Amino acid sequence: MAEATGIKEIIKPENLVYKKTKIMTDNVLSYCPGCGHGTTHRILAEIIDEEGLQSQTIGICPVGCSVLLYNFLDIDWQEAAHGRAPALATAVKRLLPDRFVFTYQGDGDLAAIGTAETIHACNRGENILIIFINNGIYGMTGGQMAPTTLPGMKSSTSPYGRDVKLMGNPLKMTDIVATLPGTYYVTRQSVHTPANVRKTKKAMKKAVQYQKLNKGTCFVEIVSNCPSNWKMTPVESNKWMEENMLPYYPLGDLKVPAEETTQKTINPEKND
Amino acid sequence: MAKIRGSIVVDIDKCKGCEVCRVSCPTGTIAMAKEVNHKGYFYAYPANPDLCIGCANCAMVCPDGVITVYKTKI
Repeated sequence: MAEATGIKEIIKPENLVYKKTKIMTDNVLSYCPGCGHGTTHRILAEIIDEEGLQSQTIGICPVGCSVLLYNFLDIDWQEAAHGRAPALATAVKRLLPDRFVFTYQGDGDLAAIGTAETIHACNRGENILIIFINNGIYGMTGGQMAPTTLPGMKSSTSPYGRDVKLMGNPLKMTDIVATLPGTYYVTRQSVHTPANVRKTKKAMKKAVQYQKLNKGTCFVEIVSNCPSNWKMTPVESNKWMEENMLPYYPLGDLKVPAEETTQKTINPEKND
Repeated sequence: MAKIRGSIVVDIDKCKGCEVCRVSCPTGTIAMAKEVNHKGYFYAYPANPDLCIGCANCAMVCPDGVITVYKTKI
């Protein structure tokens, strides 16, 4: 009983370390248990809250598992046709240049049907942030093979594993986008461990701040899991992702702004 | 030396029992309940509350944001 009172003493507003931000609504997330989407939503909401951008943010919803995203974050939203989120974001940003505009897309949306929109938006250097959730599969429709599916990876339309000769090679969208002159900051992160979540938050925060500079597209890929369609438990799927996805999609910054790299070489201690 | 004590509060009704928090807890504070919540998930709860150091690792990885973390020095 003494222990219980001890805990009650700790649970006070002044001792609060972490609480879900108010930008996340009270609606229950529609995702499967352990899905990386929820974590990414939370990070995004925290950054918008910390930067004080709630009233200036316009998000573009994709088609896919996160199609109902507008129910979960209390900001302004637009719903785009399948894969066309970067095109819609271009329009929104050009009409309202003072707003913070981002798209949130999965790999079926961004890397399959929306390849053209994504590449051209990045090539034009639109001042938007593109958040790309890569779980190597079409999650919403039942785990069909996506362009990002790994070689040999089983999905409902490649039950014997992806055969590279027959079905082609996985598409590394982030690497392609990093080579385009229009992009300003390109990075690949994940959200399966606390350390990775913290790194992702730092990277996304940078990307949000870079939009104020009007220097080009920021692109954040988040390698995620899909426990339901990979047919694993959430913990197993995170482990599988670490062993199989991450060697193919290595984490880290792919393109860092040129000014930042020169600053780092001149004054390496101050920037760390 | 001041000892750091932490405590977590889990929103049991919203927890989906994915166990990601249990795996990421460095002190083994969290365990999965033997009973289910109203949605039928075996929810996470602080089984060994004395061990909690308030590192917020569980809250960081929780996909549903159901964990609130408190920390104090004793």
